[in-house]
Amino acid sequence: MGLLDYFASSRPKGGNATLAKERLQILVAHDRVARDKPSYLPQLQQEILAVIRKYVEVDMDAVSVTYEQEESHEVLELNIILPESASTSGA
Amino acid sequence: MARIIVITSGKGGVGKTTTAAALSMGLAQRGKRTVVIDFDVGLRNLDLIMGCERRVVYDFINVINGEANLNQALIRDKRCDSLYVLPASQTRDKDALSKEGVERVLGDLSDNYDFIVCDSPAGIEHGANMAMYFADDAIVVTNPEVSSVRDSDRMLGILSSRSKRAEESLEPIREYLLLTRYDPMRVANGEMLSVDDVQEILSLKLLGVVPESKAVLNASNAGIPVILDRESDAGQAYGDMVSRYLGDDVPHRFLHPEKKGLLSRIFKG
Ligand SMILES: Nc1ncnc2c1ncn2[C@@H]1O[C@H](COP(=O)(O)OP(=O)(O)OP(=O)(O)O)[C@@H](O)[C@H]1O
Ligand SMILES: [Mg+2]
Repeated sequence: MGLLDYFASSRPKGGNATLAKERLQILVAHDRVARDKPSYLPQLQQEILAVIRKYVEVDMDAVSVTYEQEESHEVLELNIILPESASTSGA
Repeated sequence: MARIIVITSGKGGVGKTTTAAALSMGLAQRGKRTVVIDFDVGLRNLDLIMGCERRVVYDFINVINGEANLNQALIRDKRCDSLYVLPASQTRDKDALSKEGVERVLGDLSDNYDFIVCDSPAGIEHGANMAMYFADDAIVVTNPEVSSVRDSDRMLGILSSRSKRAEESLEPIREYLLLTRYDPMRVANGEMLSVDDVQEILSLKLLGVVPESKAVLNASNAGIPVILDRESDAGQAYGDMVSRYLGDDVPHRFLHPEKKGLLSRIFKG
């Protein structure tokens, strides 16, 4: 180790370990959400779509289902986008 | 009934085999009847690290297939009476590890040993799954580096969902973190994730921190588990790890850079 290295290494927090940690926190949070999703979600999405389509003409991607795990509970969020004319076509 | 310990990681090359060799030797030296099994079928490295590669006649797959019995395949360690090695096959592929076969061999060993240490291959596929499936305890070997920590987290997901204990809703596998190739100097410089950083993300019980050490390569060159090199930092860290695993309360060492020489102290002021 040369003299210069001594100076370099005495400088605190010269590296980017903090960046690594921040990236990891985001990455791991994403991974966990993905793997904790119940396996019935895609089927649920399909069936809801089928039910909606009985009444309203909607696109394949009109129904989105998201699942999130919070500290003490799980949130299942259903989002259905109806076409603009839906309310007037009334069943 | 033996306790089954898997040494796992997800990511390759992080120090699983080094750890499996050290742990099994450490347990055996403390009088525990121990067998260490190489699940890395096709690569077969454990026997090299244990220094018994020239005594391999039959292997794990031979036993699974009924081509040899356990007594023919197990290799008794020359340094420690209560340690046996069950080597992997070099010629087969990992699919030769059937769940039923693995279960039967573990069951047969279970009566005669206190601990069965399973050295997992890298990855999250069949071989790694077979190594962890029957485990009671898991030691997740992790390097202070982004991809290793991420893969460890994935492996934790697998342990808690696809193991026998998870599938049968039994008491979950006990999971431990072993941080290896730790460079306290680089951590102090902010170049490397610290043990606290990794703990914050994985939140596991910390079984040990093994420093980056020349002693590990030396030991593998000679076929001697590094835990037998008692002078070395890595050997001592592994010794501490074994004590902690067995329930002793041993403070962590090698977390901070060694006291430096006069020169640097002058410059630091
Ligand atoms: N603490 C350490 N200090 C220095 N080198 C180390 C340390 N631990 C492991 N190594 C080195 O890292 C390399 C990989 O180690 P090892 O074979 O134990 O990893 P592994 O996780 O079993 O790999 P694989 O996933 O391929 O099975 C080896 O060359 C070993 O000598
Ligand atoms: Mg290995």
